[in-house]
Amino acid sequence: MLRQDFNRSDPKRRVLADHRKKQFAAPTYHETEYHHRLNFYATPPTADITLEQFEQWAIDRLRILAELEACSFRNKSLTETASHMKPLLEKYLLLQPNSSSSSKLFEERQKDHYSHFILRLAFASTEDLRRRFSRVETMLFRLRLNDESPRDRDAFIQSINLDCEQVTEDERNKYRDELAALTSSKKGVEEEVTWVKVDWEKVPDLVESRRVFVKAGKAYVPSKEQSSMVIAEFTKRLDRALDLTARALPRLDEDDRLTPILNHLSKNFITPDASYVGSSSSVSGADISARNIDTLSAQFPLCMQNLHRTLRRDAHLKHFGRLQYSLFLKGIGLNLEECLIFWRSAFHKITDDTFNKEYRYNVRHVYGDVGGDSNRRGGGYSPFSCQKILTEHPPGPGEAHGCPYRHFSLENLTTLLQGVGITDRSVLNGVKEDKESQKFHMACNRVFEHVHKNEIKRAKDESIMTSAQLETIIHPNEYFKRSYLLKNLGKTNSEDIKMEDS
Amino acid sequence: MVDAPAQNGDSHQIADDDVAMAGTNGDEKKDLKDIKLEDLFADGDSDEEFPSTRNDETDNPLALSPVTNGNGISSSDPELLRMFYQRLFPFRYLFQWLNHSPTPTNDFGHREFALTINDVSNNEIYLRYQSYPTADLIRKDIVSKLPSRFEIGPVYTTNPRDRKTLRNQNSFKPLAKELCFDIDLTDYDGIRTCCDKANICVKCWQFMTMAIKVIDTALRDDFGFKHIMWVYSGRRGVHAWVCDKKARVMDDQKRKAIAGYLEVIRGGSQSGKKVNLWRPLHPHLSRSLEILAPHFQEDVLETQDPWAESDRAEHLLSLLPDKTLNESLRKKWASSPGRASTSKWADIDALAKSGASKGLDTRALLEAKQDIVLEYTYPRLDIEVSKKLNHLLKSPFVVHPGTGRVCVPIDTNRLDEFNPMAVPTVQELLSEIDDWAGPAPGGKTPADWEKTNLKPYIEQFRSFVLALMRDEHDPKIKREREENEGMDF
Ligand SMILES: [Zn+2]
Repeated sequence: MLRQDFNRSDPKRRVLADHRKKQFAAPTYHETEYHHRLNFYATPPTADITLEQFEQWAIDRLRILAELEACSFRNKSLTETASHMKPLLEKYLLLQPNSSSSSKLFEERQKDHYSHFILRLAFASTEDLRRRFSRVETMLFRLRLNDESPRDRDAFIQSINLDCEQVTEDERNKYRDELAALTSSKKGVEEEVTWVKVDWEKVPDLVESRRVFVKAGKAYVPSKEQSSMVIAEFTKRLDRALDLTARALPRLDEDDRLTPILNHLSKNFITPDASYVGSSSSVSGADISARNIDTLSAQFPLCMQNLHRTLRRDAHLKHFGRLQYSLFLKGIGLNLEECLIFWRSAFHKITDDTFNKEYRYNVRHVYGDVGGDSNRRGGGYSPFSCQKILTEHPPGPGEAHGCPYRHFSLENLTTLLQGVGITDRSVLNGVKEDKESQKFHMACNRVFEHVHKNEIKRAKDESIMTSAQLETIIHPNEYFKRSYLLKNLGKTNSEDIKMEDS
Repeated sequence: MVDAPAQNGDSHQIADDDVAMAGTNGDEKKDLKDIKLEDLFADGDSDEEFPSTRNDETDNPLALSPVTNGNGISSSDPELLRMFYQRLFPFRYLFQWLNHSPTPTNDFGHREFALTINDVSNNEIYLRYQSYPTADLIRKDIVSKLPSRFEIGPVYTTNPRDRKTLRNQNSFKPLAKELCFDIDLTDYDGIRTCCDKANICVKCWQFMTMAIKVIDTALRDDFGFKHIMWVYSGRRGVHAWVCDKKARVMDDQKRKAIAGYLEVIRGGSQSGKKVNLWRPLHPHLSRSLEILAPHFQEDVLETQDPWAESDRAEHLLSLLPDKTLNESLRKKWASSPGRASTSKWADIDALAKSGASKGLDTRALLEAKQDIVLEYTYPRLDIEVSKKLNHLLKSPFVVHPGTGRVCVPIDTNRLDEFNPMAVPTVQELLSEIDDWAGPAPGGKTPADWEKTNLKPYIEQFRSFVLALMRDEHDPKIKREREENEGMDF
């Protein structure tokens, strides 16, 4: 590890300073003051820190961001995320309010400030990293904003310059009914509400969820929603700053000693989706072939079982269904030849000619057998994670893809579960509650644990699997892998069931 | 990644050849290289398509051998297409529409067009990233390639044809495109009784009329857009093009916001209740309900009679909250089989008032009834089309290969009069030119389109384009308009 202090005579230090000078707003060399706990990170830091601090602060923040991303992949609610993050934030990135008597406020805020800018450098290089960085930084900001005392929050909102105007008394009368529809609760309790008016583009998420009144291009935002306006502004400014950083990046000298640190940091922020490329999720010793899919499908998660059943019933699947299922099959280790055989025989109502014309290419593309260079190099696409299945392309009429726990009505979900042999009332009830509280992963894992309760007990008792290998499943292919291994605990030798870390 | 339409700068989309074959047969040379994953999964069934909206023909297994129309000439017959593009297609107004100025700018020059061409063995070839500097050049190319249809994509940072020569391929990015909507009657198959699949009639067309009213009102009143063009998609749906500058430059997040604001009907075939709304209703929804209520009474209850059969009436009951009330309704309806939907709808309130259920929650019942009205009338949007800046959409005025009908703009001032079955077909139009009797004595010879029933549609398009250009504040408009009088395309 590098343990060398920066000082002003160090030429490398100047690289960093020069770079910042070009990249960010005019640096201010007087000591930065932190009036607020919250920070929009508009001004880059300028005071010296040691290389060790540089690295440690960045790693601490990265830990927080990675954990936040994991919370979102596990579909935790905001409240759950907040309570999960609380001890971690206290340990790695404590930020106390102005009211605190701590003497460490400056140090805490300085660390927050620097670590943000260091990671900004580390994650500016690719579009994907920028997007994810912006997403998790926004989550972090949101947690902190929600946690802020009303007084501090108002003071902070005053300090950033949001372009909004107060809604006049005249307008409030003119749109009395419309505004009332957005604030009056069912119980009829009227609260004192203040309204501000902004261009609707400033609050796209509030517009999308119809939580504001929209008129002639303006959004009328009630007081309770104003914090999302601040959050949207945070994201917007951060995205813009990241783009500027990305453009300035090539000017960072190649031999700069920061570069390896930055590269290392960004590599440690790997995407959970990427962990199922190729064969890492396949299981050794299993007969993964077209003719065996019917048998194997008993070990599939419900989303894939549903696709399989629909396919067998209709001899057809619509395109997102084929996409989701093909990628999953690829992920369990079905090779291209077998996958083509599988789809060909499954679509038994169409001719070879139609199959070759309409579908053959699709399957090959999924495997990276054809397509542009980058598709081939990348071996096609990665199997979908639960997160992706839950949030992207919800199924439309006649479509069978998606997550049954989320996209089915409770009645149809129950029928499906009973159809695959889940009849235990307490499990079905648990699934119902999970679904109602939108914990779709929990429902899926509940079913998994029910189906495998004996094997899981044995695996734990005999320490065959570590608890990390038994934690919440967040990927359909992980579901299959674990399901298959558990079902075959006795049949294969211990060498085979050793799981690869994923 | 798989959500490729958002990332058109990705190398896998822009790295390779322009030519993409829709019907490949394993021959490496013919493989599509320049195509998104979603394209590949959009095929010969009734799926929605990505990234382009081509569902009008692809649901038809005969799409590759186009339907002949009346007089026995196929709508994709090359000669027919040649005459149509040469003599009738309004290239100059198309150019002005997308260029926002009479003199060529990057708005037009950097715009992507995608052409679908049938080769000699009737394979469909899909040519993406075509672009043209001027109206004359697009006309020339279309007349020589004779695409069965073409689509319009976004304006890019550079000329789409030069995208591969860029040193930094990431700098090739979509910048602007109209905000688009796609509504298709196949998404109404669960609630229309008159037709299904690709078939339509005037009865179910009313769903499109309702959809246009609701969406158009929201776009104008709520978001303040002014330049909205609705276009008949040639068979069983409509497209909207919102052309205001503010709309064109929206990023995907803003498009998604508008799409979400307007989307009410959610869930696939297994999702049960499709409308789930907070109360009190958002102003957009109470206004939509006001617009839709009369249509519900007339076009749904009376015309579609959706709950005449008892299994369909069961669906209605499944949407109502009170089990006791449902029992009474079930009993009543069992005693008069085939009772009309209008009566069944009225029965709900009648039995509720008669005290059929002691513990009836009247508010819950009212809300459920509102939800039902929305489920049976509210527009069913193909929302993916609206969410992405770089989604391609079929151009207005192309010919639908299945029906031969021209994708004409719809006059929203006379929306109730629009009859899709009366939209001219390419065959009719060409014979109208032949049948034209000649100019009035002393009158000048009009352009070919003025001799046909396409005239009102092109005139409507022209005034739309002129109003749009006027709003873009281009001082040259007036002069150009004068020069263009009587010019052909
Ligand atoms: Zn009909």
